[in-house]
Amino acid sequence: MATTVAPVPEIVAHEVERPNEGWTSWFTTTDHKKIGIMYMVTTFAFFVLGGVEALMIRLQLSVPDNNLVTPQVYNQLFTMHGTTMIFLFVVPFMAGLGNYFLPLMIGARDMAFPRLNALSYWLLLAGGIVFYASIFWTPPEAGWSSYVPLSSITYSPSGGQDAWIFLIHLTGLSSLLGAINFYATIANMRAPGMSWGRLPLFVWALLTYSVLLIFALPVIAAAVTMLLTDRHFGTHFFDPTNGGSALLWQHLFWFFGHPEVYIMILPGFGVVSEILPVFAHKPIFGYKAIAASTVAIAFLGFLTWAHHMFTTPTPLVVLIFVMLSSFLIAVPTGVKILNWIATLWRGSIEFKTPLVFCAGFIALFLIGGISGVFLAVFPVDWQLNDTYFVVAHIHYVLMGGAVFTIFAAIYYWFPKVTGRMLSEKLGLWSFWWMFIGFNLTFLIQHVMGLDGMPRRVYEYSNTGHLALYNMISTVGAFVLAFGILLTIINVARSLKVGVVAGPDPWKGNTLEWFMTSPPPVNNFDTIPRVRSVEPMKDIRREIERRTSGAPAPSPATVPTGARQIGV
Amino acid sequence: MLAPGAFAFFAPESGGSPNANSIDQLYKITLVIALIIFVAVEGGLVYALVKFRARKGHVAAQIRGNTRLELGWTLGAAVILVVLAVITFVKLPSIMDPPNTTAAGDHLVGESGLLASADLKLPPNGRALRITVTGQQYIWRYTYPGAANPDGLGAPYSYFSMVVPTNTTVVLDLQSLDVVHSWWIPQLGGKFQAIPGYNNYAWFQISKPGIYKGQCAEICGRGHARMIAQVVAVSPTEFDAWIAYQKQSIAVANAHAAAIRAELATKTGAAAVTVP
Repeated sequence: MATTVAPVPEIVAHEVERPNEGWTSWFTTTDHKKIGIMYMVTTFAFFVLGGVEALMIRLQLSVPDNNLVTPQVYNQLFTMHGTTMIFLFVVPFMAGLGNYFLPLMIGARDMAFPRLNALSYWLLLAGGIVFYASIFWTPPEAGWSSYVPLSSITYSPSGGQDAWIFLIHLTGLSSLLGAINFYATIANMRAPGMSWGRLPLFVWALLTYSVLLIFALPVIAAAVTMLLTDRHFGTHFFDPTNGGSALLWQHLFWFFGHPEVYIMILPGFGVVSEILPVFAHKPIFGYKAIAASTVAIAFLGFLTWAHHMFTTPTPLVVLIFVMLSSFLIAVPTGVKILNWIATLWRGSIEFKTPLVFCAGFIALFLIGGISGVFLAVFPVDWQLNDTYFVVAHIHYVLMGGAVFTIFAAIYYWFPKVTGRMLSEKLGLWSFWWMFIGFNLTFLIQHVMGLDGMPRRVYEYSNTGHLALYNMISTVGAFVLAFGILLTIINVARSLKVGVVAGPDPWKGNTLEWFMTSPPPVNNFDTIPRVRSVEPMKDIRREIERRTSGAPAPSPATVPTGARQIGV
Repeated sequence: MLAPGAFAFFAPESGGSPNANSIDQLYKITLVIALIIFVAVEGGLVYALVKFRARKGHVAAQIRGNTRLELGWTLGAAVILVVLAVITFVKLPSIMDPPNTTAAGDHLVGESGLLASADLKLPPNGRALRITVTGQQYIWRYTYPGAANPDGLGAPYSYFSMVVPTNTTVVLDLQSLDVVHSWWIPQLGGKFQAIPGYNNYAWFQISKPGIYKGQCAEICGRGHARMIAQVVAVSPTEFDAWIAYQKQSIAVANAHAAAIRAELATKTGAAAVTVP
């Protein structure tokens, strides 16, 4: 037999640079995991700033006719608070989670465009710095929705309003590039075998989040550019005295602003859909319904923006259309809640902190969803609009909703990111302080709104029981803040002394648990073939089969004790 | 069905005007539906958490879904919302359409406020008191019908306190001079934005004389919290007397101002300005 030499693939590398491991690597990195961590740490710092602003708001409102801060400072506080929480915390924190976990969950070695990914982060940071630099001059004071003409040069002459505009531009560009990156990564870089029907639900949520951002952001980018040129370059898009329209701003803003709500909450829905099955030891109930309802919510989310504008001069037919489209969007949202409860049903629920935060999320988000139905009935909205009822509603969906899922995600994925477990004990304490504090703060605000207290007022007179209600709300805010502080302490402690997690402490379902914790730079040496929506279950079963030689038991029959770390 | 006062703690303000009362009823119906859903779903959640917590020997059922059940609750949710939409449509006319001024109402209502936009929705018999409400940082101005001049100028007006006759349908033409404001007297119905360049609309009809308080509901600047307003409802006779007094006071003030202007003109040598 003739000897044939099989060609051996050979890569000759000259002058290979040693990978940068020092602290400067944080500035030069294009590794999605490092960028993800930077996103999450930065945005959490903004969350703390926004939280301090919230506490100052609550201190000012703790007693009637208070003059702790001036009206100007008060208006600046609520403008900074709203803008920070939305543009510098919830949306980019979700982007941070996506950055870290999206490639891991779909079996990719990085994002599709790693450099673009780094640019996204630095644009976000630039936006945050430009915005917060305004506190050394005059911060914006027209609210996070910056209605014209209040935000025009005549009524808001300070540069703070321009800082707000540049924040929207920079974070918008950051999110837009990030969204394109997510979309390209999901579309092209999934592991072999990962068809659309096997995509983790968190990835489905990120895909929808990305599409929403791609459609919604250009609108707000255009609107703030028009505001900028109105303010400085002599245009009159929004100036009623020169043929412009003040109402146009509201349409443009909310055409972005309503999808933005779903941009903030859909990734949280995805987090819950990942965590519940792991701790209930049961597959997600109705995978297809949850994925489909995510897409349905995204589509309907573009048809409901005018429900923020029920009190503007609007034709009856539009009012009715928007009421019905807002009702319609409640259906897929309600379906998700029922699917999550059905996932818990007949499960074997382990009360670990991530699950507890998810359960808290369902309980709170339901209240926010129900109060949303009141607001969709436009005659009822005529009474509730712009009152503390609305403040309560947005906090039930965004704080009780999105932020509780962020905390669930922190407790669930911290072991993967750092290799160490968070303390369960501190975690549960943190949850209960947050849950009780949250309800103390915001449940009573429904009643404040019904009693006629408008939002964004720096003072109120003591009519009815407003003084009592506001005091309850302020006390609640500090209880809530203490709960958040416990998690911060937990994270700081566990970085040093946390129990070593190992690759798969929760016996997770998705591919990120396949690697060491934290995962190596390029994630996967070999990308496993995906055969179901729960690839790690298959992999664990396969390993068990190979090591024991016995037929693989179904995961459900594995006793709970065997699920502990290291077993 | 709904005991009055049962939801006083958890319902919007009402009692001043029929539209506010209708909104209140619609709110309470929504609240009943909402409470049923709330109890059922939260109950289900808590039950699942308690009943299916991990215990020795307890095995999780490996269920991936149930198409019938899922279709069922999707339809169920839709049906609830259809019911709510139908109830809203039934209630809508009593919230949106102003009723006729009653026999006990004011006789002045036939007069048109010339400043008000022409397409204000009026009661079936067309008799309503039309008041133009103008928002500005940080006060509300009310212009009443009964202009002295044919061009509409010289109409009686007031700030902060709107005086209206009882049993009379009042329609408001909402305008703004500067930024967006929102007109809101909770007991007299919903709030409506006053946007510069646009006319917005509201109505109410008060049967009980009294003072109804409210405030601007849309952030309008640093003085937003102090942009308060009140509607003072008096008997039609008192209202007519008040309007007459207001006209007279404005005439006296105008005459006085004209005299001062003339005096200034002679002092400075500038041409005297005539003001209607």
